[in-house]
Amino acid sequence: MRTRYLVVFVGGILFGFGLAIGGMAHQEIVLSFLQLKDLGLLVLLGSAALVTAITINLVPRWVTHPMLGGEFTRRQRTLSKRTIIGAAVFGVGWGLSGQCPGSSIASIGVGNLPVLLGVATMFLGAYVMGRYFS
Amino acid sequence: MFPLGVLPYLVGGLLIGLGVSFVYVLTGIHATQSSLLSTTLSYVSKIPYFQRRTNLASREWRLIFAAGVLVGAFIYTLTLSPDGFFVTSVQWWRLLVGGFLVGFGTRLSQGCTSGHGISGLASLSTTSLYAVITFLGVGIATAVLVQTLGVIP
Repeated sequence: MRTRYLVVFVGGILFGFGLAIGGMAHQEIVLSFLQLKDLGLLVLLGSAALVTAITINLVPRWVTHPMLGGEFTRRQRTLSKRTIIGAAVFGVGWGLSGQCPGSSIASIGVGNLPVLLGVATMFLGAYVMGRYFS
Repeated sequence: MFPLGVLPYLVGGLLIGLGVSFVYVLTGIHATQSSLLSTTLSYVSKIPYFQRRTNLASREWRLIFAAGVLVGAFIYTLTLSPDGFFVTSVQWWRLLVGGFLVGFGTRLSQGCTSGHGISGLASLSTTSLYAVITFLGVGIATAVLVQTLGVIP
């Protein structure tokens, strides 16, 4: 279990370093993408998804199980109205503030502490969803 | 199209993909972000939605992953960052209201830019594709509208 957690921690460091170097901890840069002035976020999202797609689709052909145990699965979710309505609500919040969950955590790491306000209300929003809409 | 150049975005995306791949190959875990909100709430709320078995089983590693993300961004700030620490000038009320909608929406949709945008698309999930098209479209429309109304940055 300890080794798995260490792997997750190291993966998180790479993820956070990547978010920071790609400007995602700067809400201004995220907003400049959403205002279509700087299309860099598409490059970041595309290259991250591409590398991950190669891994998820090819590695299970060569190795039957993850090296530390467990199963290789695909991340599948059933499509429903909730998927789309939720994504739309997320889009409004993203476009208003330039924040998303992962980049907000990275923001704390670059000293962008006002984003803690957004992290607090993210938890509140997740609570309201689970309490009243689940 | 790319006033800050392409390289930081490309390197950032490759590192993110590498981090997610590293965790997947060794553990089979899809390292995604927004579920952290629900799984962490399981520590303080008895509501069945938060106490689901999958939440209880993943709440520890999700906190450790978030700690890694924070530390990774911190290491970047201390090493390669051209201008050190950064503080946003986006207004507090936008962070507050936007944060609430992000928390509510990503949990209703079961994914965010990371869960749907990276791991979902990489898993060739059509559900995630529709979600990504929706939050990109609505996000762009909202940001353009907010700017048109004269709210800067």
